[in-house]
Amino acid sequence: MQEEGHRLVITVIGKDRIGIIAAISQILAEASINILDINQTIMQGIFTMTMVVDARKSQIDVADLSGKLADKGNELGLVITTQHEDVFRFMHRI
Amino acid sequence: MAVILTPSEIVETVQMLQLQNLDIRTITMGISLRSCRSDTSARTGQRIYDTITSRASQLVKTGEDIEKEYGIPIINKRISVTPIAIVADGFSQDEMFEIGRYLDDAAREVGVNFIGGFSALVHKGMTDGDLSLIKAIPQTLAQTERVCSSVNVGTTKAGINMDAVCLMGHIIKETAHLTADRDGIGCAKLVVFCNAPEDNPFMAGSFHGIGEPETTINIGISGPGVILEVVKQLDGADLGIMANKIKNTAFKITRMGELVGRVASNRLGVPFGIVDLSLAPTPTIGDSVAEILEAMGLERCGAPGTTAALALLNDAVKKGGAMASSAVGGLSGAFIPVSEDLGMIRAVQEKSLTIEKLEAMTCVCSVGLDMVAIPGDTSAATISGIIADEAAIGMINRKTTAARLIPAPNKSEGDWVEFGGLLGRAPVMAVNQRDSQQFVNRKGRIPAPLQALNN
Repeated sequence: MQEEGHRLVITVIGKDRIGIIAAISQILAEASINILDINQTIMQGIFTMTMVVDARKSQIDVADLSGKLADKGNELGLVITTQHEDVFRFMHRI
Repeated sequence: MAVILTPSEIVETVQMLQLQNLDIRTITMGISLRSCRSDTSARTGQRIYDTITSRASQLVKTGEDIEKEYGIPIINKRISVTPIAIVADGFSQDEMFEIGRYLDDAAREVGVNFIGGFSALVHKGMTDGDLSLIKAIPQTLAQTERVCSSVNVGTTKAGINMDAVCLMGHIIKETAHLTADRDGIGCAKLVVFCNAPEDNPFMAGSFHGIGEPETTINIGISGPGVILEVVKQLDGADLGIMANKIKNTAFKITRMGELVGRVASNRLGVPFGIVDLSLAPTPTIGDSVAEILEAMGLERCGAPGTTAALALLNDAVKKGGAMASSAVGGLSGAFIPVSEDLGMIRAVQEKSLTIEKLEAMTCVCSVGLDMVAIPGDTSAATISGIIADEAAIGMINRKTTAARLIPAPNKSEGDWVEFGGLLGRAPVMAVNQRDSQQFVNRKGRIPAPLQALNN
């Protein structure tokens, strides 16, 4: 898996509405980031989407991407967080 | 297939970070200053300054980068150094103060909020340098901003140095006096230890021990909010089940510390020391150790059963955390600093928690009487008596104990001290008024206990 070590996890929490995936995908496409997996579910009554992306060819660094997505989230009334995959791997896998 | 994580695992982590105040409390870089000794205090101070500012130049930036990339808040970046009494032994009180200034300048230059190590280890006796350093503590803490000080007055192996305990009562009083305009804040930066750990990343008692390498990275985690949430969801569960669940959660929290430690150590090119498995509260709602005890079923922290609940909590955190990290060290236990924990503050205010109950709690958790404000007219002998009691608990139980007491100038029971920020605010607690002077003034040494004879 060449993308290993370059994967990011994007989490969207809030109220479901039209255009969430479109808005996020656009930002990712502009940064040359490939979406590997999308999952959406209702957890404890709250719409939750998790997205795993490959940032190997990313044009911008994680901090900038995180900022852009968070801003878009504010615009849409959602909380969007971007984190390195290791955070989750470390916590849940040994 | 890229994804090996389930959405519920991802959401669990995000909730811990966003809703339950999970964070890394501190990345602390330990720096040895043993090669900095020169013939004058000015030259020694300059070498100390140069060493710290070169080795820690990237510390704050690295911490901020990790925070952004991994989405884990890292609250503090700090530095601990070799106890200054060792590096500067032979210098006078004024010269020790001068070196304290260099430490403060170095901390400001690299952008850390605290630097620990204006310290002396005097558990069996004091050298001339130890005495000069201890005498320089009040002025140093009053006239510097970021320097933290600690004095180790006892160990299980050596017993308790009552000369030092007696002296520290006066030093604490003087420190409070010199910072009287700020509620005695100098005392919030001064810890008196028994069995002080050499790799503790948490201030104010952090120093870089003499068995440590040139430079090291130690991590302190936080996370009372996460444990609180777990306990709240276990309404009616028996205590064995609760302990197990806390253990599982502590494992996950500690993994965060392990990750950040490894990444920071790698990027800074500095060996990774330890993760300190402590539950460190902050003065934020829901980030309180006292609230965890209350969620277990106690009406207020301090009620009968509090010590048992804390023992369960502390042990479960250690069991979970120990498996999650390659190296565990430091204080490793739940902290119960009064001014930094809203639940503790409320318990004191409602007269549920007294200084004596706090002392009992320190037998089963980390540290000791931490950030406890006492009336400003408390005598030096009484303060020494309290320190001796805490040190005795540590000595006999082979654990770290400490006293960070603030005799708040011109304040009495029920008044408030305000330090702001992480140091928080606290109500002044009543102290037993009976006199300890004759006992304290006997001085000498409390011999090492039988527990020391384990060879």
